[in-house]
Amino acid sequence: MTYEAGNFDVIVIGAGHAGVEAANASAKRGAKTLMLTLNLDMIAFMPCNPSIGGPAKGVVVREVDALGGLMGKVIDKTYIQMRMLNTGKGPAVRALRAQADKPLYIQEMKQQLENLENLTIRQAMVEKLIVEDGVCKGVITETKAAFYAKTVIITTGTFMRGRVIIGDLSYESGPNNQRASVKLSENLEELGFELVRFKTGTPPRVNSHTIDYSKTEIQPGDENPSHFSYETVDAIVEQIPCWLTYTNEKTHQIIDDNLGLSAMYSGMIKGTGPRYCPSIEDKVVRFHDKPRHQIFLEPEGRNTEEIYVQGLSTSLPEFVQREMLRSIPGLEEAEIMRSGYAIEYDAVVPTQLWPTLEVKKIEGLFTAGQINGTSGYEEAAGQGLIAGINAAAKALNAENLILDRSQAYIGVLIDDLVTKGTNEPYRLLTSRAEYRLLLRHDNADMRLTEIGHRLGLISEQRYSNFVEKQEQVEIEKKRLAKQTIKPSDQLNQLMETINATPLKEPTKAVDLLKRPEVNYAFIEKILEETTDLPNDVKEQVEIQIKYQGYIEKSNQQVEKMKKMENKLIPDNIDYDAIGGIATEAKHKLKKVRPLSVGQASRISGVNPADVSILLVYIEQGNIARVNQS
Amino acid sequence: MINEDVEEKKWGEEMEKDTIAAISTPLGEGAIAIVRLSGEEAVGIANQLFYGKDLTQVDSHTIHYGKIIDPTTNQVIEEVMVSILKAPKTFTREDVVEINCHGGLASVNRLLELTLQMGARLAEPGEFTKRAFLNGRIDLSQAEAVMDLIRAKTDKAMDVAIKQLDGKLSKLIHKLRQELIETVAHVEVNIDYPEYDDVEEMSHELMQTKTTHVQQEIERLLQMAKQGKILREGISTAIIGRPNVGKSSLLNALVQENKAIVTDIPGTTRDVIEEYVNIRGVPLRLVDTAGIRDTEDIVEKIGVERSRQVLKEADLILLVINQNEVLTEEDEQLFELVRDLETIVLVNKTDLPQKIDLDKVKQLAGNHPIITTALIEEKGINQLEEAIAETFFAGEIEANDLTYVSNVRHIQLLKQAIAALDEAMSAMQAGMPIDLVQIDVTRAWQLLGEIVGDTVQDSLIDQLFSQFCLGK
Repeated sequence: MTYEAGNFDVIVIGAGHAGVEAANASAKRGAKTLMLTLNLDMIAFMPCNPSIGGPAKGVVVREVDALGGLMGKVIDKTYIQMRMLNTGKGPAVRALRAQADKPLYIQEMKQQLENLENLTIRQAMVEKLIVEDGVCKGVITETKAAFYAKTVIITTGTFMRGRVIIGDLSYESGPNNQRASVKLSENLEELGFELVRFKTGTPPRVNSHTIDYSKTEIQPGDENPSHFSYETVDAIVEQIPCWLTYTNEKTHQIIDDNLGLSAMYSGMIKGTGPRYCPSIEDKVVRFHDKPRHQIFLEPEGRNTEEIYVQGLSTSLPEFVQREMLRSIPGLEEAEIMRSGYAIEYDAVVPTQLWPTLEVKKIEGLFTAGQINGTSGYEEAAGQGLIAGINAAAKALNAENLILDRSQAYIGVLIDDLVTKGTNEPYRLLTSRAEYRLLLRHDNADMRLTEIGHRLGLISEQRYSNFVEKQEQVEIEKKRLAKQTIKPSDQLNQLMETINATPLKEPTKAVDLLKRPEVNYAFIEKILEETTDLPNDVKEQVEIQIKYQGYIEKSNQQVEKMKKMENKLIPDNIDYDAIGGIATEAKHKLKKVRPLSVGQASRISGVNPADVSILLVYIEQGNIARVNQS
Repeated sequence: MINEDVEEKKWGEEMEKDTIAAISTPLGEGAIAIVRLSGEEAVGIANQLFYGKDLTQVDSHTIHYGKIIDPTTNQVIEEVMVSILKAPKTFTREDVVEINCHGGLASVNRLLELTLQMGARLAEPGEFTKRAFLNGRIDLSQAEAVMDLIRAKTDKAMDVAIKQLDGKLSKLIHKLRQELIETVAHVEVNIDYPEYDDVEEMSHELMQTKTTHVQQEIERLLQMAKQGKILREGISTAIIGRPNVGKSSLLNALVQENKAIVTDIPGTTRDVIEEYVNIRGVPLRLVDTAGIRDTEDIVEKIGVERSRQVLKEADLILLVINQNEVLTEEDEQLFELVRDLETIVLVNKTDLPQKIDLDKVKQLAGNHPIITTALIEEKGINQLEEAIAETFFAGEIEANDLTYVSNVRHIQLLKQAIAALDEAMSAMQAGMPIDLVQIDVTRAWQLLGEIVGDTVQDSLIDQLFSQFCLGK
């Protein structure tokens, strides 16, 4: 017998990286929110690599932060190392990445959530959704508690019918030997969900005391670390390095000899794994000519000796893992603390979702995170945030949020998922963003703070700081446009120090700044009048001026894209009634149900001719309507 | 809501069933004219006008002889051959009827009017191709090739258009796109996996090598496009010279020698604007020949500014001077006018005593080839033909084994792609980061994609179809 355990606006099932952001956003919007997790000690646990950020992903963390999310704040308080990547490249692809202290991250996240207004946190295993007439009304736990809510968000990650595989050993399990969620997965199937089987993997962890670091290369953090959150002020002083070593012919021989024992190659694993994050046996098989592969040794925290062996993800039997490790310089004596494993799990085919992440078939039900076929903590967090915002919106009858491809990586991610689906675990890459020069990590606040404020996700204090920053940037840009720099011997000597060609004629400061070898700091040095601007303002001014031409070009492309994006498809459209659209395209359109012609044009299998017909059809429908009225 | 549905559905049906008609041969060109119908009623409409077999009963893809009768007056309009082509194996994937008649413009127009009376709708510009395209029959580059097909003036030009239809151009473009996308992907790997040493870092030098190669290939395509345009439209040629130097004789010699294809059609236009002559398989389109015949002097007739324009648009200028007279100031002005234009200088009237200063002529001609002729005796025509072939095809015509880009939009896109790669080059020279350089390389890739229809925008489709001539 079930009992009635409570009534909420929003229920979030799961407390991983998607779940915590969903709960946080929902609660901050003012929805009475319940977050259910299998294990209260594992909130925002990182079952795979101990790091957050990197190319594209790091930008997502900043976007999450600009919309009032938690990931940036929590990692800023708990990192053991911070590095800015791609510093030799342009501003659009620079990316921040932190090495995380896993246990501290969990603690910090849990505390942040516990102190949130409107949020109730409970340990429970959900078995079943309460769905009546195609509308989700709540959940039932294994202890027969029935929680009711206006909307429900599922963020169960890789737990759904999770199965861990090490060599020929295989057992039902979530990541890191947690309980798998079997009944919920079956329930979703009963409700008519289309599920796919995906696979991912993780490497062994070894004891730091058993590593000879003298045979490896040190990988220190940045001297002056940057941070993810726009609210972080204090840097963590003491950083911990990572270490780099390599596999060799011997390692590869061991893998070759034991390939038949790998679950990947014995046919035991049926799920599709990610191409961008292959297991070591995959790397050796597919790139057989490569004499060595990089192995990064990454600490799992300050107060633990566990070292994550990045690059050695595997499903080979434990004894092979041990042999393999010991063939690598520095790891000859390494003691395994946890074995590497592959994990298979059910994911929801994401084309079953609207861009709000609401399930098309079941009103009031949302899904977010790895359950939607993505991989990565950041991808999960971004989706969790959007699902949280929109589930609360639905419950409170408030404004919902769909970010487009020119607004945020989160927009790119969700549009890709719901429009194209994915046939492998989806990872964000900078190349997935066609407007990446606009989607920089330095301007995430410029892009999204306004929205975050409007939706009640960020504080008034933070908003006024942001407005001030914006003003400072504009004023400084105007100032540089007015300031003229005159050539002088003294100046040209300075120019020589940065290998710049000497100045011959008086030049506006903005134009000088556009030269590749000149940066803002140099301009600051040669201008007489000094300003005391914060670093992020200076950075903004420099980037906006220096790359103005490219930014304008991107903006023009966005304008074009928006034209198609603004051609909305009526929701009562009957694709069967449109002559000329190819059968395959018709099938896809009926499945995805795109909101705009722009979205329709991105569906694979919908060719230009189909889009053209759709355009004509909609145009004609509009004309007919106008004539009628 | 319900009404809207009805409206939309009605439109959907209209799109499929509406039968369109048009004269599908260019007006004023060729001896045979074709009226084409496409749509569900195509066969029915034709049958109502046709005196002969019952067209509704004949097999698909058959041709039938008969007469067109005006059903209201029972008057015979034309003797015709009618092709019946039933869906889906037709150009538009709809029922298509082609009525071939050999009469003049008036009777073709009458025939078209009759089909419209019987319920067909006059096709919008490019609508046949649009239907073919919308029915998934052809891709963008092929649609445009069809357009060129009907304009083709010689057999060789026909070859080019057919090859393009086969997708040979598409293949080449795909190959170039592949090269670009590989380079772009290389940069992407560097960005997304900055610490991995699996892939070497894409340097400015490497990027330069790769993009330069693609740029050269596109330039080669454009070069061939120029030849393709010539094969299709003819070398637009202007004959200039002072009065009485032999321009008419040149025209007559070319026309007689090569049995000119004359475009004038009785009753349509009195002035002959262009004449075609065939020089070794290459059509020469003689511009403003009427001017020459009427007044003997194109410059005098149309004014200097206008003639400057005509000369600029011409592919070739034949400048005629008289060997029997000394050079005049007017001659020198003409040399000045053509200095940067593709020109062949004809020193005419070598049958008469020489009075001209040939050294001066050579000096004025600069790099332009000089040919001596006695046009009144038809001497030197051979050399002229050789010089023309040499100028445009470096001696040989490569229509058989090369792919020509023959469409204005394609050429425009290729030029834009080159410009994008140019921008990438200058960004590299300015020391811009590689991921910014790559933006323009990606753009070049997208532009090439537009040629083969891989990236279609709303405005592109509009532009594409408004550019098409009536009927196809």
